[in-house]
Amino acid sequence: MKKPSLRAHRLMSVFLLGCLLFNYPILALFNVGSTAAGVPVLYAYLFIAWGGTIALAAIVIEGGS
Amino acid sequence: MLQGWVIVTVSFAYIGLLFAVAWFADKRAAVGRSVISNAWVYSLSLAVYATAWTFYGSVGRAATDGVGFLPIYLGPTLTMLLGWFVLRKMIRIVRLNRTTSLADFVASRYGKSALIGGLVTIIAVIGILPYISLQLKAVSSSFQILLGYPEIVMPPKVGSMVVMQDTAFYVALFMALFAIAFGTRQLDAAERHEGMVAAIAFESIVKLIAFLAVGVYVAFFMYDGLGDLFARVANRPDLEILMAPLGGAAGGYASWVWLTVLSMFAIIFLPRQFQVAVIENTDERHLKRAAWVFPLYMLAMNIFVLPIAFGGLLHFPQGEVDADTFVLTLPMVQKSEGLALLVFIGGLSAATGMVIVETIALSTMICNDLVMPLLLRARAFRLAEQRDLSSLLLDIRRAAIIALLMGGYFYYLLAGEAYALVSIGLISFAAAAQFAPAVIGGLYWKGGTRLGALAGLTAGFSVWFYTLLLPAFARSDWLGVELVNSGPWGIEILRPTQLFGLAGLDPITHAMIWSMVANVAAYVIGSVLRRQSAAEHVQATMFVDVFQQTGEPGSPWRGATSASALQTLVGRFLGPARAAELFTAYARQRGVMGVDELEGDRDFVRFAELQLAGTIGAACARTMVATVAQEEPLGIEEVMTIIDEASQVIAYSHRLEEKQQELESATRELQAVNERLKELDRLKDDFISTVTHELRTPLTSIRAFSEILHDNPDLDGAERQRFLGLVIKESERLTRLINQVLDLAKIESGLAEWRTEELDMREIVLEALDATSAIFKSRGVRVETMLSHTAPTVMADRDRLMQVLLNLLSNAAKFCTPGSGRVDVRLAAREGGVRIEVADNGVGISPEYQALIFEKFRQVGDTMTDKPSGTGLGLAICLRIVGHFGGRLWVESEPGRGSVFSFDLPASAGIPHDSRLLASA
Repeated sequence: MKKPSLRAHRLMSVFLLGCLLFNYPILALFNVGSTAAGVPVLYAYLFIAWGGTIALAAIVIEGGS
Repeated sequence: MLQGWVIVTVSFAYIGLLFAVAWFADKRAAVGRSVISNAWVYSLSLAVYATAWTFYGSVGRAATDGVGFLPIYLGPTLTMLLGWFVLRKMIRIVRLNRTTSLADFVASRYGKSALIGGLVTIIAVIGILPYISLQLKAVSSSFQILLGYPEIVMPPKVGSMVVMQDTAFYVALFMALFAIAFGTRQLDAAERHEGMVAAIAFESIVKLIAFLAVGVYVAFFMYDGLGDLFARVANRPDLEILMAPLGGAAGGYASWVWLTVLSMFAIIFLPRQFQVAVIENTDERHLKRAAWVFPLYMLAMNIFVLPIAFGGLLHFPQGEVDADTFVLTLPMVQKSEGLALLVFIGGLSAATGMVIVETIALSTMICNDLVMPLLLRARAFRLAEQRDLSSLLLDIRRAAIIALLMGGYFYYLLAGEAYALVSIGLISFAAAAQFAPAVIGGLYWKGGTRLGALAGLTAGFSVWFYTLLLPAFARSDWLGVELVNSGPWGIEILRPTQLFGLAGLDPITHAMIWSMVANVAAYVIGSVLRRQSAAEHVQATMFVDVFQQTGEPGSPWRGATSASALQTLVGRFLGPARAAELFTAYARQRGVMGVDELEGDRDFVRFAELQLAGTIGAACARTMVATVAQEEPLGIEEVMTIIDEASQVIAYSHRLEEKQQELESATRELQAVNERLKELDRLKDDFISTVTHELRTPLTSIRAFSEILHDNPDLDGAERQRFLGLVIKESERLTRLINQVLDLAKIESGLAEWRTEELDMREIVLEALDATSAIFKSRGVRVETMLSHTAPTVMADRDRLMQVLLNLLSNAAKFCTPGSGRVDVRLAAREGGVRIEVADNGVGISPEYQALIFEKFRQVGDTMTDKPSGTGLGLAICLRIVGHFGGRLWVESEPGRGSVFSFDLPASAGIPHDSRLLASA
């Protein structure tokens, strides 16, 4: 019973991280008109952060036995 | 290739394929090999969240807001991360209660209240109508646009058409039939739709492929990759704002945050999401994988939204083509017919998926939580007496589905043109969010009551209606835009979109703020206003503590009914054959041969209630079972728990009171002891000072006479002799004093030695008189004795008693007038002992001194002759000696008439004086 509870806490942490990443003021840092490698910074940031959150969740859930 | 008949044929072929998938899934489920019991299928079925709104509308929103469409998908991502906590709890509760819908869930939580169930249903239906209309609008306009190929023609305005010629009307009709065929073929005791879920999962794949295909096509074939696309946008000053749109005119970050919150709620509380995520869930462990697969699906679904929107904006002149249609029109303008058809099918997939699940979920609610409770109550229908109600249930649901789609269509006619797709959908999102306080509060707060839920839902829904739905209607000619612009009756403060002057927000954020404030406030206030009923308390505990429970929840039924009555009852709703099947299986499980042998005990009634609940909802099931079985107003265990709690509290307060009293008395005792200690301390000081004083007096005399003798060696012999005699006398007094002080100290400290023996008091009295006879004689005092022969013996120390008697006798001799003095000594038997009295006819003792003379060093000064002739310790010692042997010493006296000192001593254990004499003789 120890492992699932730890995993649940990790999921909760990912949730909190998501809340931070997809929110003001972090968001405002990337709300600039410029582009990075030809892609608007905000657009790139949101999808990278989103994908990162999902990847983290997947690692927490699927990784480790 | 894109003629009307081709489009229609492909559409129907696609729908046929869906039926095949559903049929296959149902067939597999029947043999116990479910295809949907799989975390991947579960995740895909959650993707029913992505409707025609996502498919067409996201691009439309992106064309005006840039990344402003993303919160709608980020919110669910966050919620799914919490799924293991929140959704799992709901799934567990639903499993235990056989909950059939969101309305059923809320009603169950608040004491199986039919009123709550009805209210939730009404809110859900009214709230979801705009959403259904959105799907109709999307499908019909995409169909019309596709029909116009190769031209790009925007569909005509709604108002300009006759209903019978309106594509949307036919779309609604077909969708209704489609949903009926999918969801109401049979009644299931568990209200599960395996075929439907399988078809939804399949549709999710189709719409994703279609959308990704368009995205790749636009980004990499129409343009030279994303970099090229974005570079072109950067060159267009009018589009540059879309690169960094936040904090701009669209409400900025507040809008972003509220949209996230809104969609976090929507992913759970939209009726169709609740249906697929909670009701249709087959295994709660699927939630784990869904927590990342479903967000990943949404990410894939959204990654090309912005490129497509930019592609459309770059390609089409401003305003000519509706941005909501870019997904379809971009392939069309490139003459890519196959892709256009795929897009249409994708959009159709998204729309039908939503409509099927939503209408099935809503029709279940309408049937179980709105129509059936009313019908069961309305005596005119005599429903309670009809034999088979299963077909009636199905008919109600079918009618509800048709009504829902027609309602959606009419909403589309009224308000559909006023907003873009996303805005229409958000109105429904905001309605679904009104369930959040009641449900989340109900899951984690036992104190949430039925009254609170009613108040919260009503308040939130009213505000939603006023701030969102009313303005949507007002945009149409039907209500007039006056209301929105200048408020009702011209009261500006009540303007629906700027309520109480809250301006500068977009309508959704504005409505969410006010409705959530009203909802949560009413819920909390309503909950704390009145104590919840016992039935509510039981349900609240069952919901909040669901993970602490083992097995089935307690049954509220008294086992007082027959198996056949229950089977008939269940048969009326599920059909007699299905009921017989269920009951036989149950009988086998209980280990008896047939249904007739089943006893109508609590568990059995509970089983029947669950079967019914799975079909007609918790509130109705309870009403129906109550017609054949008696309900215990409260389970005995709950009653015991409540009584236990109450009596524990009472016991605690009692104990507290006792403790307090104990403490108080202990305090009092301590105070008394403290006083006594202080008194003793003071007495000790007094004693020491008195003793030293008493010692000094003879010492001073001895020293004075010794000095005289020392300084005057020529003193004559007689004088010298006299002084020496005084020195000796004072020394004796000193010795006596010291002996008595030591004696008293010994007695008081308990160190004195007592030699207890059986004594004849008469003997001792005579001996004492003998010893003091010289004193009496020298002072000329007459002694009279009156000594009883029958006085019993006492247990005491001979020497000590002698000491007492000598003291009393010498005192008597001392205070008698010399010459005429007379002392009476009496010994008499008393009840249980003897009494000795020594009476004199001396000066007597005034009453205020009578108690004092027994204290140490107390000599009643003014009765003294010249100087103290005693030590002041004699009586104190006597008192302690008599007390030690269980006796009592006291004085009775009147000044001038003499004193009587008496003391009692208890008899030795029952041996009479005479028998002792006989024995010794």
